[in-house]
Amino acid sequence: MKARVFVSLKSTVLDPQGQTVRSALAGLGYHDIADVRQGKFFDVTLAEGTPREQARRDIETIAHEVLANPVIEEYRVEFLD
Amino acid sequence: MKFGVIVFPGSNCDHDAWYAINHNLGHAAEFIWHDSASLGDVDAVVLPGGFSYGDYLRCGAIAKFSPVMGAVRRFAADGGLVLGICNGIQILVECGLLPGALMRNRNLKFICREVALRVETTRSPFTSAARQGQIVRMPIAHGEGCYVADERTLDELEAEDRVLFRYVHNPNGSLRDIAGILNRERNVLGMMPHPERATEPLMGSQDGLLVFQSVALALAPALQS
Repeated sequence: MKARVFVSLKSTVLDPQGQTVRSALAGLGYHDIADVRQGKFFDVTLAEGTPREQARRDIETIAHEVLANPVIEEYRVEFLD
Repeated sequence: MKFGVIVFPGSNCDHDAWYAINHNLGHAAEFIWHDSASLGDVDAVVLPGGFSYGDYLRCGAIAKFSPVMGAVRRFAADGGLVLGICNGIQILVECGLLPGALMRNRNLKFICREVALRVETTRSPFTSAARQGQIVRMPIAHGEGCYVADERTLDELEAEDRVLFRYVHNPNGSLRDIAGILNRERNVLGMMPHPERATEPLMGSQDGLLVFQSVALALAPALQS
């Protein structure tokens, strides 16, 4: 079983990296790009035979307590299979 | 009086702190390895600057789970004085010992230079040797030093007199120019600037010594009794 955890800055938090990418795109002539927000994702592979319910609980806990900093970031979990 | 300086893999200001305390403050300092479950008999703890665990995941995020941080939490809960410098404050906010977070500098650049700070309160064991409103100079050296917190937290920090230092000229975008903050119990300080790098004339400033002298003053009565 595989899970993908997306982590990005909360929409209320300024993202200077995303802004820099946006202005670079404007410099390249992409004037239709209004905004860019940068984030990251983690591909997590669970050991074979892990019960699905336990996997969901563990991934949720890991995302909240380790992979994201809830003070400034939000996250979303997707199970890939 | 003995200071414990925590050493994480990737700490690089641990020797600076040790040197400042031993040679320029005149008290003892010893190193405490990150996988130590106890702090021994130290009277105060320094979390030094650097890049603990390579800053992987987020600054301070992995250090938060190291065995020694369990001991630091207990030490802080018992009222022990904890000083987190640069990567040290990043670890303290990740742990929840201090509120808020440190983000990439507003201009995305690593900034390494001396800055002016204003002492916002002397009502703390880390600034009692300073004067209210005193301007002190010490270096900053960070890529992720932009302090952020929600409005409520910022209001709370100000209402409770927990902002210890503010930048005179904000270098990194920190909200409300915040450079150093206290926990509610006033025994844990986190700051991005480096007081240990401003402790003798050769370093260009001795103002950082005030922080260490304040800690020594705060601890002296307790140790005599």
